[in-house]
Amino acid sequence: MNVIDVLNSEQLKASIPEFRSGDTVKVYSKVVEGGKERVQMFEGVVTVRTGGGSHSAVTVRRVAHGVGVEKTFLLHSPRVEKIEVSKRGIVRRSRLYYLSDKIGKAARIKEKKATK
Amino acid sequence: MKNILGRKVGMTSVFTEDGRYVPVTVIEAGPCTVVERRTKEKHGYEAVALGFGAVKKARVTRALAGHFKKQGVEATRFVREFRDDIEGVEVGQTITVSGFEPGDRVDVVGISKGHGFAGGIKRHNFSGGGASHGSMIHRQPGSNGDTNAGRTVKGSRRPGHYGVDRTTHQNLEIVRADTERNLLLVRGPVPGPKNALVVVRKSVKTKKGAQA
Repeated sequence: MNVIDVLNSEQLKASIPEFRSGDTVKVYSKVVEGGKERVQMFEGVVTVRTGGGSHSAVTVRRVAHGVGVEKTFLLHSPRVEKIEVSKRGIVRRSRLYYLSDKIGKAARIKEKKATK
Repeated sequence: MKNILGRKVGMTSVFTEDGRYVPVTVIEAGPCTVVERRTKEKHGYEAVALGFGAVKKARVTRALAGHFKKQGVEATRFVREFRDDIEGVEVGQTITVSGFEPGDRVDVVGISKGHGFAGGIKRHNFSGGGASHGSMIHRQPGSNGDTNAGRTVKGSRRPGHYGVDRTTHQNLEIVRADTERNLLLVRGPVPGPKNALVVVRKSVKTKKGAQA
């Protein structure tokens, strides 16, 4: 393996749960507020997954106080503490850009019921 | 000593301890041997010559081989002199990346990538003409200058050979210095193709306060 591949693989986190677009996830990330560090949770629908290796990122969308908020997190960043999957969704595309045009009931995503 | 020779490995991005994700160039730097000490008395200036890289014996010219022998050091592929930050450095000493710390500012010198014979757009950032609507000027350089002069003014920017120039990138931040693997991670791009020799030296123009 060349040096760059080694450097990249060193940065990868040991385990990141499997999830895909349409799933609802909770992202716990460290934020610095007034000189203090705390962990903030952001829950929403995964709209985009991009990148590979240490560059892989996820865009999470939620509607907060009637305003759509999208946040992008680098999955392997040390600032992202953990990710939990709370719901599995059924969607037909990998990037849910259409969600930003929809509000309320239209923006719902069918939930995948646990099988077996 | 914050001077070293290295080989450009390539670029990637790394997470820093404070959580930033920064683009870096990986340089395999050193270990370098000090192959000569230039002195004011003998040479007219103070400098230190660093050698880097293994070399086949047959590839060393007799003249250079004699020079290395006189200094009592192994022959190296590259030799470059440094004039700054050389106090207490002696011949035979090994220089590694341990002299660098994250946050240090350095200048990186390399030979830029060759672009061959390039037009004005690539070489001098000319804007070029319209692509369509009947425009017949696409990537042409335009006017040579005014007709009153009756000649082309010297130094005017024309198409020509581009690249393969000695290029210095100033004031780059050291993101990480890996003493175990002899790696230097420098923020941002560095001149030259992969596997090319790069010279890393202490920055000459760092703003006050930027360097700890």
